Amino acid sequence: MKSEISIKMERCKGCGICVAFCPKAVLAVDELGKVQVVHGDACIGCGQCELRCPDYAIFVDRIKEA
Amino acid sequence: MVERSYEKYFRQNRLPHLWCPGCGNGIAMKAIVQAIEKKGLSQDNTVIVSGIGCSSRASGYMDFDTLHTAHGRAIPFATGIKLANPDLNVVVITGDGDCTAIGGNHFIHGCRRNVDLTVVLFNNNIYGMTGGQASPMTPLGKKATTAPYGSVDRPFDACKLAEAAGATYVARSTAYHVQHLVNMIAGGFDNKGFSFIEALVQCPTSYGRKNKMGSPADMMKWMRDNAVMKAAWDKLPDEQKAGEKFPIGLFYRDTAMDYDTAYDQVIERAGGAAK
Repeated sequence: MKSEISIKMERCKGCGICVAFCPKAVLAVDELGKVQVVHGDACIGCGQCELRCPDYAIFVDRIKEA
Repeated sequence: MVERSYEKYFRQNRLPHLWCPGCGNGIAMKAIVQAIEKKGLSQDNTVIVSGIGCSSRASGYMDFDTLHTAHGRAIPFATGIKLANPDLNVVVITGDGDCTAIGGNHFIHGCRRNVDLTVVLFNNNIYGMTGGQASPMTPLGKKATTAPYGSVDRPFDACKLAEAAGATYVARSTAYHVQHLVNMIAGGFDNKGFSFIEALVQCPTSYGRKNKMGSPADMMKWMRDNAVMKAAWDKLPDEQKAGEKFPIGLFYRDTAMDYDTAYDQVIERAGGAAK
């Protein structure tokens, strides 16, 4: 994984904005109405989800390769 | 995960905020604190003033000296704060109904006086909190609970209104264009005088559902597809400006004496204030 996705679950309202704007279909909203990482390996760390999350619930950090 | 630097500007014990899932107000609120961070304004020297409405709940989540005032009256309160202590950075958060209907007069006269405020209007095209009534910025023909067959009233263009009334910095951006929105607000902080920034935000619950605009993400894609940067807009032939296309960017910039300076001159003419 080139990036690390962190989610503050208590803030997520499951609006699906991050899911819709993810270019690699990394995220999905689960049956509890919270966002989940389903294809973490596909994440390119673009940060589109973090940029437009209206609830400040999702964060992407790029991991520097050693 | 490294905690984001803008988190210190939020009252952590108040989050998550009460806005509906997918509401654009959260994006606009983050844009304001990021603009504050970008310009290095201190938390002790910045005051957030808001009126009434969904948008105006933002002041409750922001860790500054904040004031949640009467409906439509955020700009008069902010004017008072600025005159009492001109060293403060005063930011006004208001909504389309709050600013252009209930506070319409206060808005144009704030512009006219060129008080050194930064006014951020969260435009969701509707009265969200009270149940989706049509606001003065509901586009023509769009539905609302008080306009079930579409709004008949022609909407305000708040940016043109601000410019005509005398504001010295007028800009528009959207919840989709997050970084652009941050830059527009940050530009407003630089202007000494009345700065007006309209932030178009999606209201999926009241406006989007009534007008069949789809999910919050679909509404943001609508912004992406219909917003045109000002430079490109100016070159567009008129027939392509039709439909739902609208311009974003910095529309107007002027230099005029701000109200604090003008008032200092009055004090001087009257013989000077006791120091």
